[in-house]
Amino acid sequence: MSVVETNGKQTVLDGMVAIEMLDKYELIVIGGGPAGLSAALSAREHGLKRILIVERDVDLGGILNQCIHNGFGLHYFGEELTGPEYAAKFVDRLEGQSIDVLCDAMVLEIIPGEDGHVLRLMSMEAGYCTVRSRAIVLAMGCRERTRGAIQIPGTRAAGIFTAGTAQRYVNIEGYMVGRRVIILGSGDIGLIMARRMVLEGAKVLACVEIMPYPGGLARNIVQCLQDFDVPLYLSHTITKIEGKERVEKVTVQEVNDRFEPIEGTEKVFDVDTVLLSVGLIPENELSHVAGVEMDAKTSGPIVFENGETSIPGIFACGNVLHVHDLVDFVTTESEGAGRAAAEYVLRQEDTTHVRMCENESYISLVIDESVAYTVPQRIRVLRIDDGVRVFFRVKAPHKTPKRIVFRDGERIVASFRRPYMTPGEMEHVTLQRAELDNVSGNELLISVEEIR
Amino acid sequence: MKEYICIICPRGCHLTVDEENDYAVTGNGCLRGVAYGREEAMHPTRVVTSSVRVRSEKYPRCPVKTDLAIAKSDVAKAMLLLDGVELVPPVHRGDIVIASLFCGEANFVATRDIDE
Repeated sequence: MSVVETNGKQTVLDGMVAIEMLDKYELIVIGGGPAGLSAALSAREHGLKRILIVERDVDLGGILNQCIHNGFGLHYFGEELTGPEYAAKFVDRLEGQSIDVLCDAMVLEIIPGEDGHVLRLMSMEAGYCTVRSRAIVLAMGCRERTRGAIQIPGTRAAGIFTAGTAQRYVNIEGYMVGRRVIILGSGDIGLIMARRMVLEGAKVLACVEIMPYPGGLARNIVQCLQDFDVPLYLSHTITKIEGKERVEKVTVQEVNDRFEPIEGTEKVFDVDTVLLSVGLIPENELSHVAGVEMDAKTSGPIVFENGETSIPGIFACGNVLHVHDLVDFVTTESEGAGRAAAEYVLRQEDTTHVRMCENESYISLVIDESVAYTVPQRIRVLRIDDGVRVFFRVKAPHKTPKRIVFRDGERIVASFRRPYMTPGEMEHVTLQRAELDNVSGNELLISVEEIR
Repeated sequence: MKEYICIICPRGCHLTVDEENDYAVTGNGCLRGVAYGREEAMHPTRVVTSSVRVRSEKYPRCPVKTDLAIAKSDVAKAMLLLDGVELVPPVHRGDIVIASLFCGEANFVATRDIDE
């Protein structure tokens, strides 16, 4: 155990470098991917001085390190970067900011408290430690759904990977995962891996999607499947995996509108590898244990307009909050959470403000069956300067122009026209403070409607 | 006639490009679709990203990209060039891994720092 406590400071070894870790921080950011990095930098910029980032991998950057393809940063930087380049822009900015970083470490538990929150964490180098912090930003990201989550019948042969695991093997470790590949699910990671496998010399026989529309971005359908003549089977799924030691055969069937396989539509593919790209789940074990109120629709915490969860001083941003399709939006969202965490800490010294915030009223954003979810779910109107950005996804594709309507009872508070919407692409609108000031109820109902 | 899906915005217009009629584009929802359709039909290009070996204990592979988009028809050939490459640290972002691909202006460059 290489933790030494002296005058409230504990020196831990992070890799080969000893960092002086304080026993009390203003902000601890859990996760050093794009969300955590932006949140920490933003909190620093807004006045916090004692910040710690805890990362479980040996390096900062999160999933961006294995996303070696380009297309990141078009919105935020106005240029196309690869994942490692996008991450490096933020890691470079940490230089000279005196933000403590502890890699190769797992946070085990968050214990919320009125007088700051307690974190228990563990690392090979530091052993087990307890650290306190006034504020916490949850930025743990998400993980992939596995074969178990979708229950594909068949043998348990080798050669079945989630697309992200295969991506790590190929791009980071340098192992080729297979020669003849079928991909289940048309999420972006699956599409990206289709191209990657072809470029590395594998044959990708098909991409199979159970929904009648693709899950990933149009750009990836074109540049990852069509460019390499990989057929996309919509309304199809894998119904059987065969193989003793290694995958040998996969059966694909068309499904009806209740997603039941249609008899007589079986196609058999001779493959040695199945890659799964069947959805992502925000990784919220820590949030659950902390007692943060959760949203069943996003599988992430319920948050207010500034990213604050139901526990004061605990904020959430990035894929742990809701699964994004563009990292650029993760960055802007996380900058907001970092700033809010800084404001929270700095205002703690102002007791009249703290009293004012107790039992503060809010408007709940409620959705009908046309909308999958919104983030934030709650808005404290008095806390908004000019406007608040609301992210949402629609439930089904809309190929003709529609409008997103925000209603206070019968009255339309705001309405936004969109020429085209699909569940695969996250949408956002900005509600103005003035529009929210006039809301009389404590709910806003959001729906997709025809344009009249 | 060639058919494309426009990737400029999420709408994904189905474009038809008529090579015999001065690459006239139809099916586009806006003018950006015309530019995209013409470009795809006349000289499609792609940025290629991949990885190469690196002599490092911590990082067995270093990610690379072409610093300019290259002709789509050259993508497979470009990949073959990477097979024999092994880098020796330190590697910095932007370091040229293979210079002037096919005697053109594009290079393969490293996209990650690998110090040791």
